Amino acid sequence: MTITESEPTTPEQEGSDAETPLAGQLHKLPRRDAVLRMSEVRAAEMANEPIVGENDQTMLVNMGPAHPSTHGVLRLMLEMDGETVRRSKPIVGYLHTGMEKTGENLTYLQGPTNVTRMDYASPLFTEMAFALSVEKLIGLEIPERATWIRMLMCEMNRISSHLLFMATNGMDLGAVSMMIYGWREREEVLRFFEAVTGLRMNHNYIRPGGVAADLPDGWRDSVLRLMEMLPPRLEEYDILMTGQPIWRDRLQGVGTLTSDEALALSVTGPVLRSTGVAWDLRRDEPYLAYDQVDFDVVVGTYGDAFDRYAIRLAEIRESIRIVGQILEKMPKGDYRAGDAKVTPPPRARIDESMEALIHHFKIFTEGFKVPEGEAYAAVESPRGELGVYIVSDGSSKPYRMHVRGPSFTNLQVLPHMMADGLLADAVASISSVDPIMGEVDR
Amino acid sequence: MTNFLSDGVSAGDIVLAGIKAVIAFVICLVATMLMVWFERKVVSRLQNRIGPNVTGPFGLLQTLADGIKLFFKEDIIPSRSDRFVFQLAPYLSLVPAFLTFAIIPIAGDFSPGNDGTVTLPGGQVTGFQVADVPAGILFFLAMSSLGIYGIMLAGWSSGSKYPLLGSVRATAQAISYEAALGLSLASVILVSGTLSTSGIVQAQAEGGFFGMNMIVTGFVPFFVFIVAGTAELNRPPFDLVEAEQELVGGFHTEYSSIRFAMFFLAEFMNTVTMGAIIVTLFMGGPSAWFGLYFLGWFGGFVWFFAKLLLFLFMFVWFRATLPRLRYDQLMDLGWKLLIPISLGWLLVLGGIRVAQNGDIGLFESNTADVIFVLAVSLAIMAIGATLLQKAITNSAQERLASRGLRSVPTQQDLAASTTEQDGGH
Repeated sequence: MTITESEPTTPEQEGSDAETPLAGQLHKLPRRDAVLRMSEVRAAEMANEPIVGENDQTMLVNMGPAHPSTHGVLRLMLEMDGETVRRSKPIVGYLHTGMEKTGENLTYLQGPTNVTRMDYASPLFTEMAFALSVEKLIGLEIPERATWIRMLMCEMNRISSHLLFMATNGMDLGAVSMMIYGWREREEVLRFFEAVTGLRMNHNYIRPGGVAADLPDGWRDSVLRLMEMLPPRLEEYDILMTGQPIWRDRLQGVGTLTSDEALALSVTGPVLRSTGVAWDLRRDEPYLAYDQVDFDVVVGTYGDAFDRYAIRLAEIRESIRIVGQILEKMPKGDYRAGDAKVTPPPRARIDESMEALIHHFKIFTEGFKVPEGEAYAAVESPRGELGVYIVSDGSSKPYRMHVRGPSFTNLQVLPHMMADGLLADAVASISSVDPIMGEVDR
Repeated sequence: MTNFLSDGVSAGDIVLAGIKAVIAFVICLVATMLMVWFERKVVSRLQNRIGPNVTGPFGLLQTLADGIKLFFKEDIIPSRSDRFVFQLAPYLSLVPAFLTFAIIPIAGDFSPGNDGTVTLPGGQVTGFQVADVPAGILFFLAMSSLGIYGIMLAGWSSGSKYPLLGSVRATAQAISYEAALGLSLASVILVSGTLSTSGIVQAQAEGGFFGMNMIVTGFVPFFVFIVAGTAELNRPPFDLVEAEQELVGGFHTEYSSIRFAMFFLAEFMNTVTMGAIIVTLFMGGPSAWFGLYFLGWFGGFVWFFAKLLLFLFMFVWFRATLPRLRYDQLMDLGWKLLIPISLGWLLVLGGIRVAQNGDIGLFESNTADVIFVLAVSLAIMAIGATLLQKAITNSAQERLASRGLRSVPTQQDLAASTTEQDGGH
């Protein structure tokens, strides 16, 4: 959709003389819209242009891509009137590494290694969405234990990801100690990941057909230790932040979003739930065995940054609840599918049988073939709906892979959240959306 | 000894002043160095970290190492900057920070019968401060205002946008909080009856522990001073001027090398000085509590240092715990809370003083007058507080309303605003 040059400026000239709040709203809405519709090239040109039909009191500030609070390499173009942000536009692409394209050259077994690097704060979710999508294409049933292991790992990952949010949110608002505390708790969770998958991040643990390895000895104790350690620490967060007057002042009423806006912009995850829309894929389109566990979908009322903070804090507690139930219900059995086409033979058989060795070699070099077709599978990642769409041409590599990244979609709300707020509110808004740029740019 | 200048100034006086200035300068530098170390160490401990521990014993020399490193860094002056002002600004920030220290009595025997001075072998009588200026407090206010020029000009001259925002913030913050600072100081001056720092310490020393201005002025000016002082220092939670998450580095974004180090030095020097000023004005400076005088003037130094440490720790604690305030919230706090409170409190103190002197004479006894004054002023303060509260609520609502759709509806508004919101979409 193209717009004429004069369109954004005309309504504001009419409204500029009237200082009533209503007139302010009327002239702002189309302008905000215009910024959203503008092409990136056009928006980039704005930096060198005098602002038409506007008093020259505003200045354009490029926030990022190298800025302490843009969560990596997000770039925001802000039109500032003193301390107030008028229009803004997020510009992405600084971390583009072509992972979706790379995925077309990797076999389905190599795929998770690739996708796990997208959302590096919650890598297991991308792996799982990928695995679910591939399994959908093959029509593969995975064993119970694999399902529950996946759930366990994902809920733990949700905890670690939200803890990371607690840390960065605190940091962005100037509560520097909170950053360390958040990282400290996250580190404990990552230690568990390391014990299970061998790596702190980018695990390549959830693969089509199950998981890479069974849970190690003593996993139950480490999980129980975590479950014991976390709740008191979360109460400390409550004392340090939730009840803290400056904290509330900084977040309440900041970056507000209505449910209509959120739905129109296809926002998902805590950002959507903060506006009062109870939408959680785990409950509304259950995958794995989420229909067998009991948990609450936490929603907010005002859709502001404080709601988003509180929802994430509550979701950590819900995840702890889910993990508790998973511990009880964890079944015995195999951790990967018995389908020999997908699953490499066990290590012991390789020593005995030449065929097994060849089979093993084939699976890891050529990969397994996936029937022609297309499939989309989505999971509820800590940031929202994370979906992987795969088109298969019958070979052992995807013909096309596309990832629906929640961070990417959620970023569109930033101009809405930040309009007419102060610069400090803009920082709080970015932080409350919790974007991971690796997943935005892919 | 011949008087070669005007009457009363001997060569000995000049030598003494020089020696004192050098000593004060050295103390300043060492104190700043230790303060940086102290802050890093305490913050680390509060954050489950170890902090500097490699350079020197307990990492004590870390600041020195950092300073040396900064000396050898390239000094970059942005091409779009105003070169002269850009180079001048760090000095404008640094010099007042050191000058303020001149009026602080850092030691001395203030036990009954002593006034904190010592008689030197040369016959001069001197206190443990570089200059006992009769208008010492005004000197402090003047210097702390001057220090803001450094920050402001640094931001302006950088020719860059984030420093500009930082310097605008600095100006607004300095103006707002200077007023609250001055008003809470007025209470101290009122009860001590002098502007001289040594005089204020002496006035407090006479009363012992309960003669501390903190207690005599009724705590309110003390708390106002701490809050306003922290804001004046641009320290967290009022560090908007260099808010890293918003303005990258604030006013010193474009500074590098030793010029940056000078800002850094000035900031920590100011912290030490502000702590020392609070100790002097409210905690009795080098005078001892509960009559625990020892070792003459050196005991005074120990007391002073112990009290100072309390406040330095408090500043560090603030930094480790509190989130940063927003720009408008900072202004609200200054103008709508601190200034009215300190103004009202000054009037109450003044009224009580007049009544105690028997100048009102409404009742037969002065005590009745005092009670009367207290009652009237409390009533006025209550009315004032109500009006103010209403004004704050109204302005907050107006501000939210002017933001249109981005406001959080209050409970009452919820039903009424539904139609408006629908119209907005």
